Amino acid sequence: MSVLTRPVERAAAPAPPAPSKRRKRNRGYGFVIGALAPALVLHVIFVVSPYAQAFYLSLTDWNGVAGKANFVGFDNFERLAGDSLFLDAIKNNLLLLLLMPAATIAIGLFLATMIQRGGSDGRSGVRGARFYEIVFFFPQLLSVAIVAVLWGFAYNPNNGLINGVLRAIGLDGLARSWLAEPSLALFAVMAVMVWSGVGFYMVLFSAAIDGIPREIYEAALIDGASGWTTFWRITLPLLRDNVQVAFVYLGMVALDAFALVQIMTVGPGGPDGATEVMGLSLYRTAFEYGKFGYASAMGVALFFGTLVFALVALRGNKNRTELA
Amino acid sequence: MTSHDISRRSVLRAAAVLGLAAPGLAACVTAGNNGGQSSSSGDKSATNPFGVKADAPLEVVVFKGAYGDDYVIAAEGVYKKQFGGAVIDHKGIQKVGDTLRPRFVAGSPPDVVNNTGAGRLDIAALNQSQQLENLDELLDAPSWDDPDVKLRDTLLPGVVEDGTYDGSFVRFNYAYTAWGLWYSKPLFEKNGWMWPQTWQEMLELCEDIKKTGIAPWTYQGKFPEYMTDPLLVMAVRGGGMDLLKSIDNLQPNAWRHESVKAAAEAIAELSGKGYLMQGSEALSHTEAQAAWCQGKAAIIPSGSWLEAEQKSVTPAGFDMVMGAVPSLGGSRLKNNAIHAASSEAYLVPSQGKNVQGGLEFLRMLFSRNAMKDFAKSVGTLPSVKGATDGITMSPALSSVSEAVRKAGDDTINYRHRIWYPTLTKAVDDSVAELVTRRITPAEWVDRVQKAADDLAKDTSIKKYERK
Repeated sequence: MSVLTRPVERAAAPAPPAPSKRRKRNRGYGFVIGALAPALVLHVIFVVSPYAQAFYLSLTDWNGVAGKANFVGFDNFERLAGDSLFLDAIKNNLLLLLLMPAATIAIGLFLATMIQRGGSDGRSGVRGARFYEIVFFFPQLLSVAIVAVLWGFAYNPNNGLINGVLRAIGLDGLARSWLAEPSLALFAVMAVMVWSGVGFYMVLFSAAIDGIPREIYEAALIDGASGWTTFWRITLPLLRDNVQVAFVYLGMVALDAFALVQIMTVGPGGPDGATEVMGLSLYRTAFEYGKFGYASAMGVALFFGTLVFALVALRGNKNRTELA
Repeated sequence: MTSHDISRRSVLRAAAVLGLAAPGLAACVTAGNNGGQSSSSGDKSATNPFGVKADAPLEVVVFKGAYGDDYVIAAEGVYKKQFGGAVIDHKGIQKVGDTLRPRFVAGSPPDVVNNTGAGRLDIAALNQSQQLENLDELLDAPSWDDPDVKLRDTLLPGVVEDGTYDGSFVRFNYAYTAWGLWYSKPLFEKNGWMWPQTWQEMLELCEDIKKTGIAPWTYQGKFPEYMTDPLLVMAVRGGGMDLLKSIDNLQPNAWRHESVKAAAEAIAELSGKGYLMQGSEALSHTEAQAAWCQGKAAIIPSGSWLEAEQKSVTPAGFDMVMGAVPSLGGSRLKNNAIHAASSEAYLVPSQGKNVQGGLEFLRMLFSRNAMKDFAKSVGTLPSVKGATDGITMSPALSSVSEAVRKAGDDTINYRHRIWYPTLTKAVDDSVAELVTRRITPAEWVDRVQKAADDLAKDTSIKKYERK
């Protein structure tokens, strides 16, 4: 009896607290779900759903105003492969991807190093570092539309700032129609992207350099290392993660570039396709040509391009340098 | 975040969820019903030709740009007087396309739309999707001012043609735009310059202008279509309406017509002889037009909206006027033939709740009184005949009105630029290369012909025919 009853008693005895415990745990989940749900719902409605719709629309001939869309399979993607303007756009985006992030990161690193370690003793920043830090950050405060309009003025061949300065210092021969010459236009746009991005990455790198223990630099300097050597052997390896993240962000900017090109360039996208980018082709195809299906196919292509780039860029993360 | 944070499994799981959810979510973009509700109608009568139900509400959405929307609000006053019980919902907006696209897709568009401005709706696409009411009934209805005259017979030439898509008249344009070359009348008078009739005279004039230190021409280089216009006008004058038709109908070798090449050579000659203001190729319309208003250049190509556009920067006594593009010789049209077309598109969506009200409202909006108010307040030619009679016009508006009168039925209007935006872009891009002399006139012809041929072969683009 006792053998039989004991377990029952035992089982019965701890029973009362169990429901409350479970309720407590449920309350915990309830809180987590309650906190996540609104964000998740918004994310699904405004991020996941448009993506899903774009994927679906890229397989149709939807014209943007019809209540129905006809399924056309992969026709849109086949057309993409033969669309010379879109291929120009891919080429230009790749050129931007190749040069713009590298230039921005190089200048950003240089400025950050100068601000943190550029002093004559190699231990502190150049004189007026705080001032430069703020000034270089200014472009970050301007919206991209304003940046584009301002640089449009600066590039004006007749009364723009750039040709004005060139003429004032007697370099009339270098004055150009910056945005109207096919060989210069894309570089003119690229320069603006670098200009507007450099300040942000300078601040990012500067903060990272600040986080590197000073003793490491002290030791290197005592060993007689030059500024150049400390940069290559200490600063750059320890900033690897930051540089990589910067590269991913800048790469995405390079694969986009829509706003600057749309506002600044001749055509826009010109002269003669010289500054065409994928985003601009997409926009024109959808909103000027009324081919939303085909434009969605461009968007899907851009999506996969960006995804592949991000994966490739983040792969190099394996051999990371850790601070001992 | 490193790549290790995301396991392959979680990516796959997310992808699976996405894949399952996609069809459901994707359905919503085109889930609108296309059937539409039949709009309720009242009894038809002589004063109510469409049978508008007096108490049915009317929703009017207009683009509020340079022309404002006061003239529309005035016409709404007339509508309210006629149909006492009607509540009018008026919206003056900027981004017509972004605002109305979802409503068309959902099958609940407004009753009247002024589809104008950047980011407007694609009318051809709307028509193909059976979203627009055929306005033939409106054209054949008695005009507001005179019950004996059909509305159709009060319009300027080309308005019906401009509004016809695929054989149905769905777009009713309110304003009438003429294109030409603009100059300051006092500047020309002061220097004793006469507006040239032939291209030879134009070149001589340019030489004279250049001697005074002013650049003879400038153009809106950032938007090369401004320069396409004089080129096409010269070409069509030489080749006649047959050439225009063959170009619009994408016929093989249409662009290889000798008068097209001659026109391209004439435009290239302008820059070859240094008659274009330096740097024009990089200027936006605002920059080029400002330089022209400041007297840095004498002649600029543009349309009749120029006066309104330049209002705030035009110096007093500048008195801009429009001259017709000179002829190359051997013209098959009148030498006064100009490019003119109607604009400011009014539409009546077929799925609107009060289609009859929309039609009746347009009948009021296209009355002579409303048109006169419009001409007076915005300084633009409306699309009905005689709307500017008896009102004092600025030198610009009277020069445009005079040019339209002189051209008579010889108005040039290219349909291909409306039907085939991809061809338009190819032509304009090539014109920019031609004007900057990066390509020769012969290469220009080749490029444009190739673009037209490619378009003709492209089965995914709907083709139209000009008769």
